[in-house]
Amino acid sequence: MDERKALVGRNLLEPGDFSESEMEALFDLADRIQQVPARYAEAAKGKVLAALFFEPSTRTRLSFETAMLRLGGQTVGFSEAQSSSAAKGESIADTVRTVGCYADITVIRHPKEGSCRVAATHSDVPVVNAGDGGHHHPTQTLTDLLTIRREKGRTCHLRVGLCGDLKFGRTVHSLIKALSVQEGIEFCLISPEELRVPSYVVRMIEVGGCKWSETRSLGEAISGLDVLYMTRVQKERFFNEEDYIRLKDSYILDEQKMQQAPEGMIVMHPLPRVNEIAAEVDADPRAVYFKQARNGMYVRMALIMGLLGIEEPETRG
Amino acid sequence: MEVNSIENGIVIDHIKAGQGLKILSHLGIDTRTDTVALIMNATSSKLGRKDIIKLENLLDVDITALGLLDCGATVSYIEKGKLVRKVKLALPDRAVDVIRCKNPRCVTSAEPGLEHVFLLVDPQTQEYRCEYCDEIVKI
Repeated sequence: MDERKALVGRNLLEPGDFSESEMEALFDLADRIQQVPARYAEAAKGKVLAALFFEPSTRTRLSFETAMLRLGGQTVGFSEAQSSSAAKGESIADTVRTVGCYADITVIRHPKEGSCRVAATHSDVPVVNAGDGGHHHPTQTLTDLLTIRREKGRTCHLRVGLCGDLKFGRTVHSLIKALSVQEGIEFCLISPEELRVPSYVVRMIEVGGCKWSETRSLGEAISGLDVLYMTRVQKERFFNEEDYIRLKDSYILDEQKMQQAPEGMIVMHPLPRVNEIAAEVDADPRAVYFKQARNGMYVRMALIMGLLGIEEPETRG
Repeated sequence: MEVNSIENGIVIDHIKAGQGLKILSHLGIDTRTDTVALIMNATSSKLGRKDIIKLENLLDVDITALGLLDCGATVSYIEKGKLVRKVKLALPDRAVDVIRCKNPRCVTSAEPGLEHVFLLVDPQTQEYRCEYCDEIVKI
């Protein structure tokens, strides 16, 4: 409970903003919420969450909004920049300052990297980064860590393969940052040359003292993994469409490749997927990406409660 | 060539030859009427050649960012003809509006009036990272 109290009024801009014990407290709360959701149905009654999505989103926006609604709170916001005053040229600073007058917590997704930091500087209410360009996506990381914890029973001593767009993949950058402080993590970075991880991400791995390797071949790497984290090559991050077309189908995980994977390996994906995981893999019990999406809602409920300082509701009757 | 010593002011010495103009430009003192001397390619036993800047009647200069331009230079503060303090420039921990972030996806390229802030990552490699997007820049 003390760890959760420490979160009150804080921002979540990148995974390093919360300590390991603070994240564990959120995961424990997410577990409790999932076990008895009705107990939390009015936990955030009277509170308002503002979802400022300057970029399209399905899972993140809907899971935040659903999380707030399932806690008995309400939501306001927009789902594209064109329907906000950003279209009139309003700055991020002015937008969040204004929204902070109406809402108790602000969730922001913006194509520019570091936009959430600008927002947090000017906001009087907690700011949550729901994705800033190709930079970070810390609530996806909470989702990913909770999923790994549930499926593998631990978030340490794992061989983690990250595959696809590792250059612009913000979920990858955030997950690496969070896992690199865990003991015994070994990263296998699987990407085409053009989509290798940025140097600052490699630095995070090295500072964390983790082993890591790079390869272009998913087939070569898959047999040695505990976790395979697939990502989409994101069309919206390319300035040149030719490059996107050339790289978009670099990796396709199908049944044939899954036959080479260990029995205990799990396949994760932040979704949405395009071609990188064949639909036939969905039926494989090792494919946990839809469970992952569900976990995201519960961990966001826990996060909202933590940042707003909402106490554990009393057990009814 | 002879340049008089100064009574009150600052002497920036041991500047790598060729960097003097950049430092002078960064100081932004071109509107001052006091004497300013820039000596280029002076003989130096340590550096071979060096630049020197002398600023008369000016003691209040923000030298934090100068370390980014030349971290080997020294700044001497002169009062009434005597040396009162000597500082060796070092890489600053935080640099504001000295390095520009070149990442086209960084928020600094879009948000009006936002300062470009870089934080020192490693003094050995002289690397800085953008406070917003984490882009690494080597000085």
